[in-house]
Amino acid sequence: MAILIDEHSRVLVQGITGREGALHAARMRAAGTDLVAGVSPGKGGQTVEGAPVFDAVAPAVAATGADVAVLFVPARFARDAMLEAADAGIRLVVCVTEGIPVRDMAEVTAHLSRRGCALVGPNGPGLITPRRCSAGIMPADVFAPGAVGLISRSGTLTYEVVHELTQAGIGQSTVVGMGGDPIHGVGFLECLELFEADDETEAVVLIGEIGGNDEERAAEYVREHVSRPVVAYIAGFGAPPGKRMGHAGAIVEGSSGTAAEKKAALEAAGIPVASAPADVVPLLQAQLETRRSS
Amino acid sequence: MDLLEHRGKSLFAGAGLPVLASRLALSPEEAQAAAGELGLPVVVKAQAKTGGRGKAGGIRVCATEVEVASATADILAMTIRGHGVSCVLVEEAVEIARELYLAISSSRAQRGPLLIFSAEGGVDIEEVARRHPAALVRTPVDPLLGLCDYQVRDVVAAAALDPELAGPDGTPAKQSLGGVVRSLWRLYRDSDATLCEINPLVITTFGEVVCLDSKVTIDDNALYRHAELKAESDAGAEDREARARKAGLAFVALDGDIGVLGNGAGLVMSIIDQIAAAGGSAADFCDLGGGARAEVVAAALDVILSTGTVSALLVSIFGGITRCDEVARGLVQVLGQSSVDVPVVVRLDGNAAFEGRAVLAEARLPGLTVAASAAEAVRLAVAAAASPAGPDTRRED
Repeated sequence: MAILIDEHSRVLVQGITGREGALHAARMRAAGTDLVAGVSPGKGGQTVEGAPVFDAVAPAVAATGADVAVLFVPARFARDAMLEAADAGIRLVVCVTEGIPVRDMAEVTAHLSRRGCALVGPNGPGLITPRRCSAGIMPADVFAPGAVGLISRSGTLTYEVVHELTQAGIGQSTVVGMGGDPIHGVGFLECLELFEADDETEAVVLIGEIGGNDEERAAEYVREHVSRPVVAYIAGFGAPPGKRMGHAGAIVEGSSGTAAEKKAALEAAGIPVASAPADVVPLLQAQLETRRSS
Repeated sequence: MDLLEHRGKSLFAGAGLPVLASRLALSPEEAQAAAGELGLPVVVKAQAKTGGRGKAGGIRVCATEVEVASATADILAMTIRGHGVSCVLVEEAVEIARELYLAISSSRAQRGPLLIFSAEGGVDIEEVARRHPAALVRTPVDPLLGLCDYQVRDVVAAAALDPELAGPDGTPAKQSLGGVVRSLWRLYRDSDATLCEINPLVITTFGEVVCLDSKVTIDDNALYRHAELKAESDAGAEDREARARKAGLAFVALDGDIGVLGNGAGLVMSIIDQIAAAGGSAADFCDLGGGARAEVVAAALDVILSTGTVSALLVSIFGGITRCDEVARGLVQVLGQSSVDVPVVVRLDGNAAFEGRAVLAEARLPGLTVAASAAEAVRLAVAAAASPAGPDTRRED
């Protein structure tokens, strides 16, 4: 089953005739994705990576039954592209783009939620269900199919942790990069709910960082609603207040959003927090063993 | 982009928000002249991008021109919470009857704007929430519907103004307050702000509603829609962080002595944490982003090493899409040519890591060590920083 995407997902790429769009369309296809269409206004009629290109999303959906849209669109056009996808009946929009204005994201998330359309991103690597579907820019070689679900606010840190998991023989059900912007689509809570209901997922890894209180809310949610073992890693203990650490959303504001606060909240909810990315593996193994022997 | 008070107030004035007459002054003489134009008494206010100006003595009421000149000289010499003061705002003085608080800010939890009003200004909002909840309004503004009339009425009701109170022109204070709320929302939306705060918003003894301070933050990602503000942002930026930004790097200066360079914000933060856990201290946060062109690597090293206080450099790359051998070639090109005289520890993992390590080994750069893992890289860099005369250094003294 996995969550959000699997081998039945029919993926459409917006901006497929651009350099990034074409490159990642090819990579997604190589990772097992059923790439059914591309969209680039004014470029309809071409074929990229075996997929027919349309001028707009609605006719592409009508012709191909696409239900997932992955955007490779510059920041100033991303708002419109996401609205177009949602209005065309797309079920899941994945936005990789960095640097989208906050006002645009507030409008987009409000509109998409009214349409019942889910969003992953922006400013993130997308998501992958190993060997079955990749929607975004995650390097498929690092991943292996398995039973651990992972949700993260950071791209390369995700690859780093997944690399350790794969090396240790621990495969993944679905890995979701929620993106580093303050206003984004699905987050820890939504994914935890989906993983909890997923037969294939046995345990969940959360990768957080400074800024906001998503991790604190996740801790509370896990305490009340999640029976699967959960482990976490948090980055940014050394971040000074008031500075954006690369991601627009990675900022300690006043005394809130610190890594120490997040670690304490997670541990208070019984979620072990790794002290380095590589330490996620032994923590997870211990959790899984406890669970299997009980 | 945080705006200084005077710049925020010029946006306020343009949006029809009530502000007092004021002049910007760069010297005691200019301040004196401004006071002459405005009429005494005036308030001289330090312009610095930080709170706590009042407590630091950066806001003074002056009754004579001599006081204006001396207050301005004092304030221009101040550093408030690490921020220098480049100019002062000379503003009309008013008699305050009541202080209120009004702000609209971008809320992560609400995924949109949040309007906050308190009928008690100058105190902690959380405290008002506990002690006197009826005096507080906290209401999310729908990004698509905008501010609704009922939300404006809620604010006016919470303010509990005397219904008879009116300004000198006969405008009821309740009406003026409602107008301020609507104008602030329009300004917030139209200028792509992530924060518009008026603290305090005052009722004068003459029944006028006035914005006594402004705190405005504009979304950096939206500056392309606001050419005038963008020009100001580019003009003022000359520090290391600005230089890094121009090169496409995310950079934050830290207090330690181990330079850090990596790809990905989370990964770099993680390395900084691991350095601290191993007893060292990072000198910076520097994210190369995706790709690894030699000129970007060169720009990053230039910014990181420009303080002269870095005693070791740690480069940590996890190749996802980025190929480690390309990064390695970039490093060899830059380190081979430049005068980097501190020990460098490089860790490469992920995509083409094996090839990347081979590129570094072949180049035989003195002072460069290739670590087998992130943990080893951290250990080596901390050790190298602790003993700058160790075997891995290029220093000849």
